Amino acid sequence: MDDSTTDDTGRGNDRPRLGVAESLLATIPLIAFLVAAYLTVTGRTLRLVWSWVPSLQVEASFQLDGLSLLFCLLISGIGVMIFVYAPGYFRGHRDRWRLYTWLLLFMAAMLGLVTADNVIMLFVCWELTSLTSYLLIGFKHESEKARAAALQALLITGAGGLCLLAGLLLLSRIAESQELSTILGAADALKQSPLITPAIILILLGAFTKSAQFPFHFWLPNAMEAPTPVSAYLHSATMVKAGVYLVARLSPALTGVPLWDNLIVAAGGVTAVVGGAYAVRQYDLKRILAFSTISALGCLMLLLGLGTKLAIEGAMLFLLSHALYKATLFLVAGAVDLGTGTRDIRRLYGLFASYPLLAAAAILAACSKSGLPPFGGFLAKEVVYEATTTLSGWATWATTIVALLANACFVAVGGLAAVHPFFGKPGEPSVVPHESPPGSSQLPAGGAARLLGWRLVFPPVVLGLLGIVLGVLPSVTALYFISPAMSAVMGQDIGVKLSLWHGFNLPLLLSVLTVAAGVGIYVQRRRFVAWVDAGGILRYAAEGGPQAAYRGSLALLKFTATWQTRILQNGRLRLYLITVLASFAGLVIAAFLYRVEYTQFGKLLNLRLYELVFPVLILAALAMAVTSTSRLAAVCALGVIGFALAMLFVLFGAPDLAMTQLAIETLTVILFVFVIYRLPRFATLSSRGVRIRDAVVSLAVGGMMTVIVLAATSAHAPSRVSQFFVDNSLAIAKGRNMVNVILVDFRGVDTLGEITVIAVAALGIFSLMRLRLEPSQVPAEAAADRTETTLAANGEDASSPSEQAAPDKPSATGRGE
Amino acid sequence: MEILLAITIGALYAAAFYMLLRRSFVKVILGLAILSHAANLFLFTVGGLTRGQAPLLSAEENGPAELYADPLPQALILTAIVIGFGVQAFALVLFKRVYQSVGSDDLDSLTGNDSEL
Repeated sequence: MDDSTTDDTGRGNDRPRLGVAESLLATIPLIAFLVAAYLTVTGRTLRLVWSWVPSLQVEASFQLDGLSLLFCLLISGIGVMIFVYAPGYFRGHRDRWRLYTWLLLFMAAMLGLVTADNVIMLFVCWELTSLTSYLLIGFKHESEKARAAALQALLITGAGGLCLLAGLLLLSRIAESQELSTILGAADALKQSPLITPAIILILLGAFTKSAQFPFHFWLPNAMEAPTPVSAYLHSATMVKAGVYLVARLSPALTGVPLWDNLIVAAGGVTAVVGGAYAVRQYDLKRILAFSTISALGCLMLLLGLGTKLAIEGAMLFLLSHALYKATLFLVAGAVDLGTGTRDIRRLYGLFASYPLLAAAAILAACSKSGLPPFGGFLAKEVVYEATTTLSGWATWATTIVALLANACFVAVGGLAAVHPFFGKPGEPSVVPHESPPGSSQLPAGGAARLLGWRLVFPPVVLGLLGIVLGVLPSVTALYFISPAMSAVMGQDIGVKLSLWHGFNLPLLLSVLTVAAGVGIYVQRRRFVAWVDAGGILRYAAEGGPQAAYRGSLALLKFTATWQTRILQNGRLRLYLITVLASFAGLVIAAFLYRVEYTQFGKLLNLRLYELVFPVLILAALAMAVTSTSRLAAVCALGVIGFALAMLFVLFGAPDLAMTQLAIETLTVILFVFVIYRLPRFATLSSRGVRIRDAVVSLAVGGMMTVIVLAATSAHAPSRVSQFFVDNSLAIAKGRNMVNVILVDFRGVDTLGEITVIAVAALGIFSLMRLRLEPSQVPAEAAADRTETTLAANGEDASSPSEQAAPDKPSATGRGE
Repeated sequence: MEILLAITIGALYAAAFYMLLRRSFVKVILGLAILSHAANLFLFTVGGLTRGQAPLLSAEENGPAELYADPLPQALILTAIVIGFGVQAFALVLFKRVYQSVGSDDLDSLTGNDSEL
């Protein structure tokens, strides 16, 4: 490179030398690039399949066709330049390895995205790019702005990604395959399905958020908080094109569906104009470029939405040339930023003397952006105009005007971002005076700029030169890049012939008009901005409105979260219980309404008079237990319920249960009677309304249980296990009492577990009784006072009866069994 | 009989949950006890009712399983009765300690943690 920039060794200690690994980082994308280039030149398409989640028919399948390869070349090729550039840009930065890791991860995810054939694989890669984008935008994590921008980008593209997943699953459901190649083959089935409308809307939500289409575009300018190499890579050349890729990928199946075409054309057209016009009124180099990227993405969408052969051809050409020149301009902006310490175009001018090579790269890129011959951008623009002017009816007019406006803005942006910083004079381009930043009078002189290493200069120059190569060798461009990609997008083999010179025709006339308009906008920037700002509509559409909607929805989300947490997680177990019970009752009602048939109630009525006694006894005792105001009466009622239950066990052939129930019930009542007078009197704490609510919920659940019992008993089949016990109890376990044999022999380990539970409960009770809360152990003094007074009131021997009861228990239960 | 028992079970569950939803925790303990009864009777009834025939084998011969009450639900319930007692006893003593320490039997006054005592 030139003398002034190659000398990066004698800078002193503030610019440490690069390690070997760091300086060779670019070989990783280079390998990917060489593979992609080999496949491109040989014209092969590959399909690789690995089994991933066979039970869900998810395969890790990849397919490389023309479109995938075009993207692979861009991703890996620009990746090489980024990885040459980044070590120079981040020289000596503390966290630079973190950044390299994320960048490489992003590159892998992006390559996976554009080659995936399985929709799940595509989605996973899609979200991985969102995630790495989040990490990269938030790289300067000490900055609150960077964190907010990262989160915004993640929320918007992540939400879009979820929509995309739903849409892709709908598509694969219609086509009965998760492979994109199969889905695209089922175009007729897709177009006839009623599910296609939601599928299209969901997929386009994903594509529009990712590719920053209006009204989801606002995250992209904010994402300029990322370090410039990241912006150049993710937010101009590759990641934001994922949405464009997706639309192009699905075009063979969905082009021709009116909803698909119209939505894409409308979003693309609006985005192209809003982004372009808004780019011109920015002062930050990166924001200028970000808005012009938005505009370019809009143009790409518009062309894909038109779907004619010429439009697709224009889209592919524009995609390629845009990636090259936009990456160049970003890299130049980053180098200028590093060299001068500012990206404000009001303070940047006349830098040509300091950075001649950067200036050359920028001019190359600007020429391509402006669509001047013989650059790649010119090829693209000619085809685009040819595409828009050969449409029919008002569409011709509308799209041509949109393309003209956007392209004119590109010319002006080229002037602002490339011409002005290097060749401009102070005061150009004209700025609105009151918006000048303080200190703008102290403009940096050209000579004050820092020297830049070759790593910062070489990549933009190479990318800028490639822009010419595209244009000068149109046949190569057409053969290797455009024809294969178009074949993939159109779903049929297409050969394209490109040439620089088309003769004097309408597109050429429009090109001249475009350049003239662009120069006019550049020169009369102040007037143009005033015109753009008139009424504030555009400003609202481009920045205010969507931002406000974003903030509003975030606030709504937080409010809803707070609200539902307050309702559901209120800290009162009782209300949780109500939620659980009500949900249970509701679900059971729903299930029974659909599933259960009640047929065999007749045999369930088989009743003997003496059996009536015990259920009635239970019901009466229940009424007493619930309504009684006396604690002792309630405990007695509880005992009655338990004994009546024991009698039911006797009646229906369960003497062991009856014995256990009688023993345990006796123990329970004794325990309650001992402890209950140490407990407070019954108090009615709830209001009448709350009691009615609780009663309604309880009765609903009780009713549900009744229905469940009826359903279960009417469909009862004898247990198949029972015969085993009949056959084996005596033979194997030498016991006649089958219940006992089950407990102590067949399921003996379960009984051991049960005894352990009882032992643990006994230990717990024992230690609770022994526990003396010393005043020092209770944190708050007030509580300590309360404890002391309560203890004093209850007397020291308060716990003794239960203490005796507790150790009794394990032996008692042992006897019960 | 099953219909009558089904109604009884429903009433037991309704009463148990109504008591569990009270603020006074003495009532909550009673609810816990009733819930245990409800679950036992539920298992017993759903497992199939057989009048009179205890699952006891005679020394000589073993008949088909239909002759006996199903021993499996009985074994389950027997375990449940004993465990239920352990739970009730522990809950009872725990609530008693809480009442001694805090001096309130209103569950709504127990929603904080140690630092709010």
